[in-house]
Amino acid sequence: MKEEQSKEKVKKFGMVIDLDKCTGCGACMVACMAENNVPFKEDESKKLDSITWLRIYKLTNGKSFPDADICYLPRPCQHCGGKGDHGHSPCVSVCPATATDYNKETGIVSQIYTRCFGCRYCMAACPYHARYFNWWDPVWPDGMEKYLSPNVSVRMRGVVEKCSFCFHRYQLAMDKAYYEGRREIEETEYQTACTQSCPANAIAFGDLNNSGHAVYELKKDKNAFRLLERLQTNPKVYYLSSREWVRRAGDNYLKDEKK
Amino acid sequence: MKIDRRCFLSLGIGGAAGLALSPIPWKLADDSAIWTQMWPWTPVPADGEATYVKSACTLCPGGCGISVRKIDNRAVKIEGMEGHPVNDGGICLLGLSGLQLLYGPNRVKTPLKRAGERGEGKWVKITWEEAISEVAKKLGDIKEKGESNSVACISGSDKGTVPALFKRFLSVFGSPNFMRMPSIQDSYEIANNISLGFIAQTGFDLEHAGFILSFGSGLIEGWGSPVRMIRANSSWRKAGIKVVQVEPRLSNSAAKADKWIPVNPGTEYALALGLAHVIIRKSLYRNDFVHAGASGFIRFRDLVLSNYSPDSVEKITGIKKETIEALAVDFARSERPVAICGRGQGKSQGSLGEVMAVQALNVLVGNINKEGGVFAVNDPAYIAWPAYQSDAVGAAGIKKERIDGAGSGKYGFAKSLTNRFAGAVNSGSPVSLLFVLESNPVYSLPDTKDVKDAFKKIPFIVSFSSFMDETALNSDIILPNHVYLERYEDVPATAGLSKPVVSLARPVVSPQFNTKHAGDVILLIAKEVGSPVADAFPWKDYQTCLEGTAGDKWKILNKEGFSSDPAFTAQVVNISPGRFDLSGGVADLSILFTPVNSEEDSKAYPLFLLPYDSFRIANGYIGTPPFVIKTVEDTVLKGKDILVEINPATARANGLSAGSYATLKTPKGSARVKVHLFEGIMPGLVAMPRGLGHTAYDNYLAGKGINVNELIGTVEDPASGLDAAWGIRANLIKA
Repeated sequence: MKEEQSKEKVKKFGMVIDLDKCTGCGACMVACMAENNVPFKEDESKKLDSITWLRIYKLTNGKSFPDADICYLPRPCQHCGGKGDHGHSPCVSVCPATATDYNKETGIVSQIYTRCFGCRYCMAACPYHARYFNWWDPVWPDGMEKYLSPNVSVRMRGVVEKCSFCFHRYQLAMDKAYYEGRREIEETEYQTACTQSCPANAIAFGDLNNSGHAVYELKKDKNAFRLLERLQTNPKVYYLSSREWVRRAGDNYLKDEKK
Repeated sequence: MKIDRRCFLSLGIGGAAGLALSPIPWKLADDSAIWTQMWPWTPVPADGEATYVKSACTLCPGGCGISVRKIDNRAVKIEGMEGHPVNDGGICLLGLSGLQLLYGPNRVKTPLKRAGERGEGKWVKITWEEAISEVAKKLGDIKEKGESNSVACISGSDKGTVPALFKRFLSVFGSPNFMRMPSIQDSYEIANNISLGFIAQTGFDLEHAGFILSFGSGLIEGWGSPVRMIRANSSWRKAGIKVVQVEPRLSNSAAKADKWIPVNPGTEYALALGLAHVIIRKSLYRNDFVHAGASGFIRFRDLVLSNYSPDSVEKITGIKKETIEALAVDFARSERPVAICGRGQGKSQGSLGEVMAVQALNVLVGNINKEGGVFAVNDPAYIAWPAYQSDAVGAAGIKKERIDGAGSGKYGFAKSLTNRFAGAVNSGSPVSLLFVLESNPVYSLPDTKDVKDAFKKIPFIVSFSSFMDETALNSDIILPNHVYLERYEDVPATAGLSKPVVSLARPVVSPQFNTKHAGDVILLIAKEVGSPVADAFPWKDYQTCLEGTAGDKWKILNKEGFSSDPAFTAQVVNISPGRFDLSGGVADLSILFTPVNSEEDSKAYPLFLLPYDSFRIANGYIGTPPFVIKTVEDTVLKGKDILVEINPATARANGLSAGSYATLKTPKGSARVKVHLFEGIMPGLVAMPRGLGHTAYDNYLAGKGINVNELIGTVEDPASGLDAAWGIRANLIKA
């Protein structure tokens, strides 16, 4: 009984993205940019330095006309727990400045901009390319700073940034709950900006440990997979696809290897 | 003391060692880390009270409800409105970027009058009084000459009170020339007019449909009301509803569909007739809406039975006859099947034959006027203003033929044919003054050169644009409208909805610049022009007009943000069985069902250029905001280069490889492009996205890629006057 209670307390926020529903429309990408004060430059076509906390990849099945097929795959930070969920995420393990940390209470991998000194070890360590470096100071055209949100600090040149699962929304929800004398929040009280915006309702977000949350069951779907699972990074983002080639694209396989 | 070498070295080394032991270097390193991060120009957004304002999005005809998060008096985030019947919390990427338009650098901040040549970008700031009296004076001169019908207006939409005010202004002034930007709506309207006998839009209850057959419609790429369509798609996935996409290119909609059937471009109508052939031959049609004895049906039946057997349709469309047979049976035997057309986002019209052939499928299976089916929907009912009195010039002017020909002669069934506007002006129809409202025709109409030539012939152009777009740049006077987040306006969501909704856009923030509501401006112009025009506008200001028009619904609009009461929004027309005339009353059906060919030489232009719509590139009145352009893949836009999609086989045949530069030539022009190899496109085609190649706007958008409208033209459908072009002959030569 006691053990069960303590297990209930540890939250593990994660996401299940249904690729059969995802249309690749890009609303999640923009919702994320708008929510998190993500800057932009005149030319954003060099995708290596284009800061997109959540990026949609276009997958192709490699077949020729007319058997070609495409599938879109949105990729936020995977918030890896590492083997056994002890917080040994690839990035957390290498950060010399403790600028990125694994929150044991929520399972969220943080990024603390003022601690980061820009060595970019974490970027090299991350197998998902989920981290981005600010090569330049952010510049907003005259007047556009007006839409910046006070809930997320604006990053400066020389630091790394990435998806935080909209952690500020968790903080706001918890503040509200505490103010109202509660110690827990409902599933709907904390949803990421991308989840909220998705016109296809393809993204489900919640506590993977909480059997009352949608993601708890969804992640057990027979079509569920995670990216590069064999690296044992233990990501908290699950994908669903009814198409075999898409599931297979989630990891690297030898030519003749069976999954 | 003499400083020798030894002394110098020991002092130096000692000093260095001492410094290293002191905290100074560490402090400096630490400080430099702080200094390089704490620049004063890194903004620190001010905190304040957080509130939400319910409003409506006007950036496309979708009509979504939005909820805008504010910190004190700043708008910081746009979200979808929970519980709104169109989008229920969902929102698209353009809607999310609205604040970049509101606070963006491309706003027109004050009324401007042209100082240099047109398009040169030299302006002088003028006051609102000067601007309005200048426009009124021009109008007065025109009226004096008795040429009131040479005044025209191109509007992005003809729904809602603001376009209605402009239309009323023109009518009472004495001009029939109120035009809206072309779209598939024009084609559906004419189709309804000839087959039912009245002008109505077509609405689809797609949420409850049991089988979707799409003839190239970008179901999840912005067709109709985009967020609603994506939500419908998710519900189809969940319920296992089959979706079949007929299209020459593997669009996102095709990839998402259960089955993608590549078709020779422009032959979609033939496939629809082939399906009708099978349905009729196998007696799979229902008598609900086909009155078997009606002469229209008999003529239609005889035509498809004799000319459109799967064998002959295979030759036209390139689709195997077995596929056609199976698809027809599948469609006819499904519960509530719906066939739908309008290529991509439905911003091009297509031929009337295509719409008639596709609608025939819906009629044959009897899926009209019922849940999960197709409806005829009237215009919003709430705009009922008192009749006006015009003077002799006005009364004579309104009776004259429209510039685009719509409503008279062989274009008698059309309401608006803006696709014919540029051609008509260039061939001598006089336009002395043009209002441009919430649209960017210089950029978004096909055949840019033709449109620009037409604009050169118009002596006075008044733009109401909030942004310095291509049309504003080519105008004589700009009367900048508030953007939607600064103004009240009714927003009818009508695009393809079977149950229309009217939402209310309201000021989320106070006007940021010296702009004025276009509704107020037209009232002021009317006042200045004087009687009888002024008398037709009895309202003090636009707000009063809107409140009065909404009547007892104003309260609910204000409180809920929307109304879906059918008595208020739009009436679904009850179509009695047998009413649908499949022949559309057209005497010679072979004119209606005819392939659209461009006559150009196939040797000089062996390929076809196919424009396509992408959700991530806005291609209408609104230019793609920085956030949205950021989501565009590097296989579409790289630096300033646009990439065209071709099949690897096409590349091999033309000596091209991935990433190589080529010159894309069409009879209308040529452009330098880069090549992207894509297995999802038919050999022989070159696909280019709409919405790039802006010359106006800011550095985040201007100069990137090519405007496909510069390379394509219009092809007039002989049966209707619609623009039936789906592409153009082209060649791709290695550069």
